[in-house]
Amino acid sequence: MTRQAALSRRLEQVFRDEWGRVLATLIGFLGDFDIAEEATQDAFALAAERWQRDGWPVNPGAWLTTTARNRAIDRIRRDRTLAAKTKLLQVPETTEGDVDDVNDLTIPDERLELIFTCCHPALALDAQVALTLRTLGGLTTDEIARAFLVPEATMAQRLVRAKRKIKAAGIPFRVPPEHLLPDRLAAVLAVVYLIFNEGFGGRGEPAAEAIRLGRSLAALLPDESEVQGLLALMLLHDARRAARLADGELVLLANQDRSLWDAAQIEEGKAALDRALALRGRGPYVLQAAIAAEHAGEPRDWERIAALYAELTLLTGSPVVELNRAVAVAEARGPQAGLELVDRLELDDYRYLHATRADLLRRLGRTVEARASYARALELAPSDAERRFLERRLAQLT
Amino acid sequence: MQYVLLIYSNKDVSDGWDHLSQDEQKAVLGEYGTIFQTPGVTGGAQLEPVTTATTVRVQDGRTLTTDGPFAETKEVLGGYFLLEADNIDKALEIAARIPAARMGGAIEVRPLVAM
Repeated sequence: MTRQAALSRRLEQVFRDEWGRVLATLIGFLGDFDIAEEATQDAFALAAERWQRDGWPVNPGAWLTTTARNRAIDRIRRDRTLAAKTKLLQVPETTEGDVDDVNDLTIPDERLELIFTCCHPALALDAQVALTLRTLGGLTTDEIARAFLVPEATMAQRLVRAKRKIKAAGIPFRVPPEHLLPDRLAAVLAVVYLIFNEGFGGRGEPAAEAIRLGRSLAALLPDESEVQGLLALMLLHDARRAARLADGELVLLANQDRSLWDAAQIEEGKAALDRALALRGRGPYVLQAAIAAEHAGEPRDWERIAALYAELTLLTGSPVVELNRAVAVAEARGPQAGLELVDRLELDDYRYLHATRADLLRRLGRTVEARASYARALELAPSDAERRFLERRLAQLT
Repeated sequence: MQYVLLIYSNKDVSDGWDHLSQDEQKAVLGEYGTIFQTPGVTGGAQLEPVTTATTVRVQDGRTLTTDGPFAETKEVLGGYFLLEADNIDKALEIAARIPAARMGGAIEVRPLVAM
């Protein structure tokens, strides 16, 4: 790698690591998303130019924050109407000369304030997702648009509208007070998990971004068991990504090549799960992570997995969770026990119900009924990979 | 910031109201009274039914007055509260306390344009 390429890779890394934090500080300082975003962009552009020429600063994050702040102040001084629009009043003067003296401790980390603002329930869910990826993740509008398969103009409009609403409707830039925190935190975690699942279908980028967000949240809220639980869940699932598809075909967990699993990431996920359990967490993310951790074990303890699903069903009342319990019960106590649970569910439009039912019937030797259930699952399957998987199973029926 | 909480009512709300006992109705009215006295709430009113409404339009300098509106809307504006608050969270909390919100109606929270 040339020196130039090494530098730009290093710069990209800093950009990834620092963007959210720098922008959060600027928004907290200015009270305005747009000016903050512009100033942050300026600072990163300046860094790309200066750092290559003058050398790397001692503390890149502090350099970027201070520079962005100075840029914003300059701009506001030049433009009075802009000053009237921001909450900026008296700002201590900092010159670019002493940026290296500033360290992380003197700059407040306001990423939590920012994520709670972005995931405020007064914003539509798709806007919450877009805004979180743009502000905390530093993804460009175009990148977010591609990840969610919408035209760039639509995504740009969504972001503009969301930022406008934050300002006009008075959505606060703060960590919610105690009595609002449980609901609001659940909303934040739902957004992060939605981003993760968007990527889990195959495109890795949103999943990686969600894990980054999860790591930041876990560091910022170390005592919230569900935050640790979500991080654990994402790490454990993502660790199996490479084994999930072989030559474009879906591979069931039982048949996956375990050497393709990311062992280090599984360990990291288990460590996050241990932290969650130590906090006495029994919420939905913690339970799902516990199930994912059981699945990583060999041999799998199906009675324990079934018990965890039972606990999760009680918590969520979800028939989809109950279907998963049925699968675990079938493994632990045989297909008949599983089928009895499946046949109690009202989930006729859910393809996995029919695929599961088909598989249990096949194992019970009830081939004709199995064939009908596979056919129904095929009708409902959305992706080619899933359809081909079901067709293979159907063809194996004799 | 100033917010208005627009209370939208419908048949469910009015039917629900009719089915309440006198004591229950009193309790609900009491809740409205409490909201009125909440710090930050600066005004509010209950509107007479939409059957009493009159609509005014001016076209080419001529005032057109019509009875109504009797549009096919199922949701009608039944009242409002005015509120002064630091941010939307306070407005959302008060909105959730308005009895119509749990009786099948809905509260629209709107910021007022700063004068």
